Amino acid sequence: MPDSGAVLAKKPAIDVDKIRKDFPVLSRTIDGKPLIYLDNAATTQKPWSVINRLFKFESEEYGTVRRGAYKLSERSTRLYEESRRKVADFLGAASKEEIVFTSGTTQSINLVAYSFGRRFVNAGDEVVISNIEHHANTVPWQVLCEEKGAVLKVIPVNDDGELIMTEYDKLLSKKTRLVAVNHVSNALGTVNPVREIVRKARAVGAKVLIDGAQSTPHMKIDVRELDCDFYTFSGHKMYGPSGVGGLYGKMEVLETMPPYVTGGDMIVQVTLEKTTYAKPPSRFEAGTPPISQVIGLGTAIDYLNGVGMDKIGEYEHSLLEYGTRLLRDIPGLRIIGTARDKASIISFYLDAAHPHDVVTILDQDGIALRGGHHCAQPTMKRFGVPATARASMSFYNKYEELDALAASIRRTIKIFS
Amino acid sequence: MSYSSELYQQVILDHNRKPRNFREMPNATHFCHGFNPLCGDDITVYLDVDNDHVIQDVSFTGSGCAISKASSSLMTVHLKGKKIEESKVIFDEFHKMVLGEFDPEKSENHLGKLTLFMGVREFPSRIKCASLSWHAMIGALEKKAEGITTE
Repeated sequence: MPDSGAVLAKKPAIDVDKIRKDFPVLSRTIDGKPLIYLDNAATTQKPWSVINRLFKFESEEYGTVRRGAYKLSERSTRLYEESRRKVADFLGAASKEEIVFTSGTTQSINLVAYSFGRRFVNAGDEVVISNIEHHANTVPWQVLCEEKGAVLKVIPVNDDGELIMTEYDKLLSKKTRLVAVNHVSNALGTVNPVREIVRKARAVGAKVLIDGAQSTPHMKIDVRELDCDFYTFSGHKMYGPSGVGGLYGKMEVLETMPPYVTGGDMIVQVTLEKTTYAKPPSRFEAGTPPISQVIGLGTAIDYLNGVGMDKIGEYEHSLLEYGTRLLRDIPGLRIIGTARDKASIISFYLDAAHPHDVVTILDQDGIALRGGHHCAQPTMKRFGVPATARASMSFYNKYEELDALAASIRRTIKIFS
Repeated sequence: MSYSSELYQQVILDHNRKPRNFREMPNATHFCHGFNPLCGDDITVYLDVDNDHVIQDVSFTGSGCAISKASSSLMTVHLKGKKIEESKVIFDEFHKMVLGEFDPEKSENHLGKLTLFMGVREFPSRIKCASLSWHAMIGALEKKAEGITTE
């Protein structure tokens, strides 16, 4: 890893001062101190373009989708479907019909667990997850396996927080129905070798779900190149509104799946005796969807494309290197998650203070970061800590903010020693 | 003075560094495990109560943040020698104080040094840290074998 001087000497991939002007919340203060927002893995802030789009839509254009034959509704429907197209292009899907809007990654995974899982996973079958999954990619599979008499297998990780791929090989067999892993670990920042995971799962005939909640904000995704069956994401982690996200599913797989939630909008015909279901994606979008959120998500994707995912990845990687260097030098600080391939997430544990005390003191300095188990208790257990503090960086963060973070951590250690 | 420094008073920091009555109690008449699933704080409270309902000894073990450890430690110091009925009154006052529903500066109370935790009411996310061992203490008196959780 280069030293911090070398990182700084390089011309940044992004003009961060210009970027920051796009995000109004970044110029506010917390108790008189400038806000340093480092909880981007939990949720990201919104640029003006998204905020303005939501305002314009709500104040001038709002109408229901997929039903009314009047101007407002027709325009709403068109904007809603345009967003679907933007998401499909962003993820590299073959068609926009492969994108199902949901409330977010949690619902997307549950959709697959309930719909695909209940139809295709049977007694004695196996589902494979990893030891560094979010609870949202753990609990739905536990529930499914318990209900079906299937077996949940877990890919172990090494001390750096990397999946042990030779162990993964041993878990795969003809009994494997589904492999569900994250692309990027929310608790550690590890970038998993998803292409290899998919290729190996294919070889035994298993389907693959990739939880992309933490990858979609940081890197270019190409679901066709990955060849996965499902890919999930959350709008609020990619600078869009909360309450919306989605599921990419290969059309040939989506077509085999029964509805997950039933009601209006997901039918072709309903008689009192029988209902014929609509094709995907409508089959999985019962009820009135979060219309403005979907449209705001489309604008967030426009924004990300405008900045450029490659530049975002490059700049965030330099933040990761710089921050890792700074924090590694603090005595009594242990970085949890030291994989070779990481997204811009630094989880750490202090000998002197519990993560909850750390974040309370840091908050006093205007620094917002998460302390807790990050909905990844099995990961915490694997690393022998009850919780960690986690700094997760975005392309709107500055090197100086990481200097402030390091200073504040040193102050925390002093208070509790 | 900012709220945070009010939260982390010197006495609280001291009890975090050197928790009092931090030990198992093999002859406990009552004990209860308290768990906060949100942060992983994990505290067991032990009580030795005699036939006259007097708490002869009280101790705790486990791990947690500074607030939960100091709160457990100060609780044990405060409750030793108290009657069960008094302890329940103190629990009630303490709980209401950290929730911001009881102001010990304005009302007569039995809290003594425990008013140090008044600052907690400004930190909604830390209320459960301060009250975990107290809930475990009540759980122990009510013989809750399954333990208690804050959720």
